Amino acid sequence: MITAESSITVNSDYVHRHAAHCESGAVSSLLRHYGLDMSEAMTFGLSSALIFAHFPFVKVEGFPLTAYRAMPGAIVKSTARSMGVRMHRERFRDPQAGTARLNELLAQGRVVGMQASVYWLPYFPPNMRFHFNAHNMVAYGREGDDYLISDPIAEHPVTCPAADLQKARFVKGMFAPKGLLYYPLDTPSEVDLGKAVARAIKKTTFVMLNTPLPFVGVRGIRYLAKRIRGLALKSSDGRYALLFIATIVRMQEEIGTGGGGFRFIYASFLQEAAEKTGESRLQEASELMTSSGDAWREFALLGARFCKKKPDVTLDQLADALLVCADYEANAFRLLRAIRL
Amino acid sequence: MFCTREWAVHQLIYAANGCVAMEKKDVPQDSNATLDGARKVVYAVDEDGKYNAVATTGWAVEEVVTSMAVDHYTYLAQEALLRARRGESSPLEYHMFTRRLNVVTLAQATGKFQWLVKRHLKQPIDQLSPKTVRRYAEALGMELSDLSRLP
Repeated sequence: MITAESSITVNSDYVHRHAAHCESGAVSSLLRHYGLDMSEAMTFGLSSALIFAHFPFVKVEGFPLTAYRAMPGAIVKSTARSMGVRMHRERFRDPQAGTARLNELLAQGRVVGMQASVYWLPYFPPNMRFHFNAHNMVAYGREGDDYLISDPIAEHPVTCPAADLQKARFVKGMFAPKGLLYYPLDTPSEVDLGKAVARAIKKTTFVMLNTPLPFVGVRGIRYLAKRIRGLALKSSDGRYALLFIATIVRMQEEIGTGGGGFRFIYASFLQEAAEKTGESRLQEASELMTSSGDAWREFALLGARFCKKKPDVTLDQLADALLVCADYEANAFRLLRAIRL
Repeated sequence: MFCTREWAVHQLIYAANGCVAMEKKDVPQDSNATLDGARKVVYAVDEDGKYNAVATTGWAVEEVVTSMAVDHYTYLAQEALLRARRGESSPLEYHMFTRRLNVVTLAQATGKFQWLVKRHLKQPIDQLSPKTVRRYAEALGMELSDLSRLP
């Protein structure tokens, strides 16, 4: 055990890397530290984290859940299957126990991934602090009462007081972190990328094209378009429609990167996979994915103009813009389905 | 290359805001106020078509929607403040909205039923049991004594 006075433990080998998405960023940084050099995009793609889902019956802050990536925690969980990395995970009932365990791991010189709520992290910009409980970051040391944190979406490493970190790690509610800590137990020196890529793409393709539910995948995008057309009938004062669109765009662009953002990460993954496996059609799919990302950004732009109450944007146009995204993604994934790796 | 629907959307956007295709040089750098000077990363292609991570100070579109969400809570908090001053609701409701929580999320954060939270928001705080008040204070990250205070 270390005492408060002499409690400076820093893992100086650790290198912070600025990432687009918290979970893939945290996991790829951890893996690299433990000897498996994986880019963020590769981590994201290999864990089949890309998705589209719109669940009208699951409400988040009063609005239907729209997700552009797999459930929080999916990337941490899937490293074992996709890359053969056994990730050790611990959750705690008691906040004190969770903090003590974190201190113990840091004192052992480990670098640890953590889950926490964005709202209670003081280093976040005030206007970005919402009650999103599934943010991921890496702790790599402690100086007195401050933890040294490598937050993947922050440009530089940050510090966080112990009391705030404990609060953020033990909030209750949706995606309650329960003090989740994770670190790899062993990392293979080599990963059979060809096989891993093929399996990951197959899974994402299946989810995006073949899920037998209208809420998920390409069908989900078309379904959302249909719902947007119907919004005009739903609200009398238009406030609901405005906030509905704003929520979709916010989920897309802000909350841990976003839909457009995720499409570009996935395109980057496909490009890297094309180089590593020598399959040129993956590059073609990457370009289609880029087009899809651009289409999503066009939708976001229109959405923002709609929210600003510009008279030239209607709900029908928004729905049409979504259908363009759906078409690009359908093409990209049909191409991926045709590739036999 | 384009189907008619795509073409309509493209024309609309190109007329409105120029090209938005995601090349490195086109990555927006709009200095979002909501990011408070922080930069985030997006992936974009360079001249050779290769993907890179590029740091950005934000995109105006994000600022619009994030400010909307922030303003929505500010608006709800102001309404709740007026109600609380008139004695129609508990200061708890005001504090809930200033901390960007609502009935659903506060119920989740305290482990209480939504109907119970709704009822508590209408009661004076001194009618609640000390244990309940402690739970709310903890979920809102406030001191016990500040809970009944209004600005």
